[in-house]
Amino acid sequence: MTKRLEPTVDLALARDHGLTDGEYAHILELLGRTPSYSELGIFSVMWAEHCSYKSSKNHLKTLPTEAEHVLQGPGENAGAVAIGDGLAVIFKIESHNHPSFVEPKQGAATGVGGILRDIFTMGARPVASLDSIRFGPLEDPKHQFLLRGVVNGIGGYGNPVGVATVGGETFFHPCYAGNILVNAFNLGVVEADRIFLGSATGVGNPVIYAGSKTGRDGIHGASLLASAEFDETSEAKRPTVQCGDPFTEKCLIEACLELMKTDAIVGIQDMGAAGLTCSSFEMASRAGSGIEMDLDRVPQRETDMTPYELLLSESQERMLLVCSDGREAEVQAVFEKWDLDAAVVGRVTDDGRMRVRWHGETVVDIPVDPVAESAPVIDRPQREPVELRERQKLDLAATAPEDDPRAALEALLATPNLASKRWVYRQYDQLVQANTLIGPGGDAALVRVRRPDGELTDKAVALSVDCNPRWCWLDPFSGTVAAVAEATRNVACTGARPLALTNCLNFGNPEKPEIMWQFAEAVRGLAHAAEKLGTPIVSGNVSFYNETAGSAIYPTPTIAAVGLLDSCENYAASVFPEVGLAVVLLGETREELGGSEWLALRRGTEAGVPPSVDLDHELRLQGLLAAGVKNGWIRNAHDVADGGLAVALAECCFGSDGPGVGVHVTLDEALRPEVLLFGESTGRVVVGTSQPEELLAAARAAGVPASVLGETGGDRLRVDRPGGRAWIESPQADLYDLWSNAIPRRLEEAS
Amino acid sequence: MFAVVQFPGSNDDRDLVYAMKSVLGADARLVWHKESALPPETRGVLLPGGFSYGDYLRAGSMAQFSPVMADVRRFADAGGFVLGICNGFQVLCESGLLPGALVPNRNLQFICDFVHLRVEQAAAPFTSRTRVGDVLRIPIKHRDGCYFASEDEFRSLEENGQIVLRYCDAKGQVTANANPNGAVGNTAGVRNRAGNVFGLMPHPEHAVEPALGGTDGIAILGSLIDALGGAR
Repeated sequence: MTKRLEPTVDLALARDHGLTDGEYAHILELLGRTPSYSELGIFSVMWAEHCSYKSSKNHLKTLPTEAEHVLQGPGENAGAVAIGDGLAVIFKIESHNHPSFVEPKQGAATGVGGILRDIFTMGARPVASLDSIRFGPLEDPKHQFLLRGVVNGIGGYGNPVGVATVGGETFFHPCYAGNILVNAFNLGVVEADRIFLGSATGVGNPVIYAGSKTGRDGIHGASLLASAEFDETSEAKRPTVQCGDPFTEKCLIEACLELMKTDAIVGIQDMGAAGLTCSSFEMASRAGSGIEMDLDRVPQRETDMTPYELLLSESQERMLLVCSDGREAEVQAVFEKWDLDAAVVGRVTDDGRMRVRWHGETVVDIPVDPVAESAPVIDRPQREPVELRERQKLDLAATAPEDDPRAALEALLATPNLASKRWVYRQYDQLVQANTLIGPGGDAALVRVRRPDGELTDKAVALSVDCNPRWCWLDPFSGTVAAVAEATRNVACTGARPLALTNCLNFGNPEKPEIMWQFAEAVRGLAHAAEKLGTPIVSGNVSFYNETAGSAIYPTPTIAAVGLLDSCENYAASVFPEVGLAVVLLGETREELGGSEWLALRRGTEAGVPPSVDLDHELRLQGLLAAGVKNGWIRNAHDVADGGLAVALAECCFGSDGPGVGVHVTLDEALRPEVLLFGESTGRVVVGTSQPEELLAAARAAGVPASVLGETGGDRLRVDRPGGRAWIESPQADLYDLWSNAIPRRLEEAS
Repeated sequence: MFAVVQFPGSNDDRDLVYAMKSVLGADARLVWHKESALPPETRGVLLPGGFSYGDYLRAGSMAQFSPVMADVRRFADAGGFVLGICNGFQVLCESGLLPGALVPNRNLQFICDFVHLRVEQAAAPFTSRTRVGDVLRIPIKHRDGCYFASEDEFRSLEENGQIVLRYCDAKGQVTANANPNGAVGNTAGVRNRAGNVFGLMPHPEHAVEPALGGTDGIAILGSLIDALGGAR
């Protein structure tokens, strides 16, 4: 037997692994001995922030996660929600921030790959992806490189696997200059009674490894890369980033779904963060069982790999399955059909221990539960940032009014945050699987639902992902409430009824009380809004340590909402479909400018309190949208968000590949022009209707303020103030050019 | 029966079966690439879009060696109708069943977008439902869709009427601006000399329903169904 050259395990080595002195003492106590090198590696990844949620657990348990239609809440690979007719949707959003900063293409690609595996692991065919990506200023060549790399990575993985990317958000802000965000969402469809869980049950059942061979890539991705701040040495962590192979993933999806039609599979889980270690521990822990495993049987793509490397590798496109004893050959035949490796690597035991052998030697022998479930939970101290009150001060009287609304509108439409993101989504396959009723660029995406055999149903699901980080920085509680309100409102704009949420909570270093305060406030806001709107949180992910050299990102709780349209015969897109429609504003414009895009762009300041959110109004508004779309009164609906009413009206005019239909409106409220035109009061939607009387009556009955602003038609955007004088009058073609070419121009790719 | 060959990495395979069968009412089914022969009832062969074998070498270059391709070649040589869409077009070029090659898009990016196509040849079996000069609106989605042929070869393709579709603007003008990927002569679709094998980069199977971007793809898929005497 070859003798391994392994370092001596001691406190210093434990510290190098990111474990605290207290955690190391806890390990010694648990085992009653010094851990082996492999065991130390296991503890370090399982107890790292990324896998253990040790800083966030206390807070996350306050989130509402249950409802009649929730089939699976947090704790499994993804959440599951019933949509009727025996079907369910499985969905989740997850971060891949640190890897994408270090290596944008592979980091983003493997983020997509990882979230897809979380979905098909549960038996669902992945049908639609969204991506929320955030960068530093687009003028910065480094961030142009990162944007290109991330988009290339998302498309380079999502396109070959044959899953449509139907929406998302792209945002630029200096707070992301040292830490970009890549949050990937996927949704799949499954028969509600055919959901698979990651559970290793049945003593004696074989444990099967399937998919790509294991290499030395991604070792300590979860612990060292994702669970620490960035500094000047972060580039050297590039080897901790994995490489994606979408071809293998595509074959793995087809093989797993084929296998799941049989009853051979008992439990299944993908090998994501912390690879073989995390997946086997979680599967055993959920079942209250143990596993014994022989590492020599693990398919390997490199020679002389040590047990430490085999256990901690984050090589992609790998699954761990438990099948019924005696069905191994059947399982292996399916993987063989798809030219994938599959090997029996162990058995389920009943002694609650993880025992791992390598070259005949026992290299790991530790209890499962203390590692998986008894990870340390930390109640971290919180402190409101001292400068918060200062930030929230905004004296509207001292803010110079907008003296050139047309110039302001043009400037807003040409900022990368408000401009068309076509440059991004044109690089994604939006059509594959033939379900995309509304693709990227609208308020929410709308995707037809097929049964697993491919047969179409009448249903469609609406998907949206949202967060305004500026608002969350000014007030993390109300900023998060607003994000939930906006995500669900976007879904409702299609006519769908919001069902449930998933979230990706991106924050700085939780060891700092100010960051922990932001996090706690955001979770409080999330819980409050989700409860009130009746949309439970069924899955999610926390990404801490988005901080470089002491400078943290703005709090960014990315919220994805999923809604259901029972019949997709009637639905609404964002854009005015034709001329001659009455343009109606649902909701009210209030004297609010805090944290607005106008204030940042035209007055160079990020200050004030975010606009208020009235969740009761929100519920009434969303109900009205569903009824209005269903009855055909509402022909299109567009949420008023960043840039306010003037920007929303312009966006309603822009067609998918041209200037679109013009509009003429009159705004007669007694508000300052910048408030009326560019204020970002929440709970407002611009709709086009051919039956304004019916719509206004329904709005009155529902208690939703509604006013007719004007009519669609012509070739310009014209916004009049009372008395008929124009505040803004711009040819639609000019605005479209500014808006559609803003990003290509900055990338010097304008045609 | 239309055989839709499923390679590992095909991803528009099921969409193509859906379009042919559920939308257009023809008999179509997947045929696994490891089969040694096409099913005996095969009347037309469709090679779908996707990334066969990951397209890690040249797009389509590995799939030509899949077991079933020997029979597809025999089927084509015997005059059978073979249609390759996107990756299927790439496979046909790599297999030598169609002339020319498909290279990376001029901007080196994947492009998913609706484009306009001018019909250059309106004839059975692939474009009988059209007239020369018709403009079709059909989406593309590819990374390696820039059609290339040497100058001499391209001239002979034009002389022999083998260029079936060209990228154009909404009015049917074949312009440089309307060329999404840099294809020589704005070429979007090519047939073989005998006219029984046709490949195109745009996806007619993704333009068969009004709610999903229009129905212009039916002009092509429907022509093929007509050529085989109807749906079955």
